[in-house]
Amino acid sequence: MQLNKLIFALATASLAAGAVHAKEVVVRIGHAGPLTGPAAAFGKDGENGARLAIEDANAKGIKIGGDTVKFELVSEDDQADPRTATTVAQRLTDSGVKGVVGHVTSGASIPASRIYEQAGIPVITPSSTSPKLTQQGYKMTFRVIANDLQQGNALGKYAVDQLKAKKIAVIDDRTAYGQGLADAFANSVKTSGGQIAGREFTNDKATDFMAILTKIKAMNPDAVFYGGMDAQAAPLARQMKQLGMTAKLLTGDGGCTGEMIKMAGDALSATTFCTQAGIPLDKMPGGAAFRTQFKQRYGNDIHVYAPYAYDAMMSVIEAMKVANSVEPAKYQPALRSLAYQGVTGPVAFDDKGDIKGGSITVYNFDAGKWAPLQTIQ
Amino acid sequence: METFLQQTLNGLVSGSIYALVALGYTMVYGILGLINFAHGDLLMVGALVALQTVSLLSAAVPGLHPVILLIAGVATAVPVCMAVGYLIERIGYRRLRNAPRLAPLITAIGVSFLLQTLAMIIWGREFHVFPQLVSTSPMEPMAGVVVSPLQIFTIVVAFALMGGLMLLVNKSRLGRAMRATAENHRVAGLMGINANGVIAATFIIGSGLAALAGVLFASNYAIAHYAMGFTPGLKAFTAAVLGGIGNLPGAMVGGLVLGLVESFGAGYIEHLTFGFLNSSYQDIFAFVILGAVLIFRPSGLLGERVADRA
Repeated sequence: MQLNKLIFALATASLAAGAVHAKEVVVRIGHAGPLTGPAAAFGKDGENGARLAIEDANAKGIKIGGDTVKFELVSEDDQADPRTATTVAQRLTDSGVKGVVGHVTSGASIPASRIYEQAGIPVITPSSTSPKLTQQGYKMTFRVIANDLQQGNALGKYAVDQLKAKKIAVIDDRTAYGQGLADAFANSVKTSGGQIAGREFTNDKATDFMAILTKIKAMNPDAVFYGGMDAQAAPLARQMKQLGMTAKLLTGDGGCTGEMIKMAGDALSATTFCTQAGIPLDKMPGGAAFRTQFKQRYGNDIHVYAPYAYDAMMSVIEAMKVANSVEPAKYQPALRSLAYQGVTGPVAFDDKGDIKGGSITVYNFDAGKWAPLQTIQ
Repeated sequence: METFLQQTLNGLVSGSIYALVALGYTMVYGILGLINFAHGDLLMVGALVALQTVSLLSAAVPGLHPVILLIAGVATAVPVCMAVGYLIERIGYRRLRNAPRLAPLITAIGVSFLLQTLAMIIWGREFHVFPQLVSTSPMEPMAGVVVSPLQIFTIVVAFALMGGLMLLVNKSRLGRAMRATAENHRVAGLMGINANGVIAATFIIGSGLAALAGVLFASNYAIAHYAMGFTPGLKAFTAAVLGGIGNLPGAMVGGLVLGLVESFGAGYIEHLTFGFLNSSYQDIFAFVILGAVLIFRPSGLLGERVADRA
């Protein structure tokens, strides 16, 4: 109300000045992610990042098509649930949003992406890393974070080039995530000149890896890669130690968690490595400034993905500026050819909608936490 | 050769845990002809109760010796599981004793869900760390073969319990009453045996074994979780069928054979099939063996002792 009055006052003032060329239009942009349930912290973080972008844009008074644009955030809760995600996506498209930042989890992003595609509304996810999301051939789906294929590639190259691992054994849990990551990793090891000593398999409910580890031990590899989640990676690490294996343990983001540290206990050592999509906040071009701004605005620290949500929102706004239109059909091509310097680094999309040269950070277990070692573009 | 011995050891460790759980299935089947699907979840209850005791105790009295913690954990897990097992029988199955066979079977599945959901409400959905109370530091008795004190402990405890159970069933008064009830609980009742009491005792003993198996399982893998009972429960049921359900030595043999088959399956399937199959087929391998045994010996390795069960 206060703001409306102010706008009214400003409008009358400019009317009085006789300089009324531009009118103000309101553009609504959606954000979708889990705001309740176990993943709520990630959703709230994304929402905060997206809102910060909108406030920054509004403060600049961006003009598109001759009109001053006032952006408005429409936030929805998808509970990280695939079915709720489609309902939420439908509600957002029906409410006339011009673009969406979200969803947060791959499980929600994939079913929701179809609805945005049909409605012709661009959607940019800040945090879903499943390669499947951008393999659907959708024109409206974008992602500002590296996917699991890029993650597997980066870790494979790192293992051969930096860790000097020549013989590497690969285990995966046969889930879409684990298998995809392990395949990408194995290919990358081979193209980097390493050798895959063996490929073993388990499942996402297993706790006993002694048999496959014994087999792997006999191959005497330099490193063991596990594609899967922390609930399996932790007992796997313990059993490697129990068998007296000295090979390095490598995992993707599924094993790069605080839970992994808690569950694996003293089985983790300086020879345990893992990767996460994205870069540590301190290494981002605008990281320090963003941290301060975020803390000032919300009073709490960034969880993980807020800078990506900020960049996703800014990409939408940037594309609208370039295309000089807020209409999805008009600004979507601009999004395709976007070149924007964001908080997390340069944002540009390839023909699938994935970020070009997305970063992956390799972490090393050090003194009870994951310490960032190197960021790979 | 070292790899072969190591795989044998791996198989013996997981096999002896399967055997302990399989005994619970087979005892109940021997007496009631009922497959108690909630049995695997008793393993989970045992592990989580022991974990709760150990973490409360080590928080209250810091610096206690791990052996004391382990004994305290077992000393609470076993009675709690025995009580739960008794209640399941008393409330869930006793009223259905003369109902069609499907009714108690479906009830058993319901009890399984109930136990899992209760555990989820009490202990949450997350994975818990089970403390290493017995050392897991590797020892190398011969070059290339690694064994940890925990693995030796697991095998010794499992075999001691199995031996004790055999003595109980074959030598004691209660054991004789159990065997009589297994033959025909109505006739046994006419002979002055308290059939309800014997059946309750069977559930109580089986649940106690499941609690111990739960503690061994959780110690070996260092995690506990509300759904952890499902997979070992299913494997142990397979082991019981493999050995001949209703047959106590059969359950032990079945458990050990299944453990070894899984271990060798995962370790050697690629060589045996010339690279055609890999370790993602390790479970299939176990079930192929089960299928083959059941084709040639339909009542399991040691036979389903229907005439004088358990």
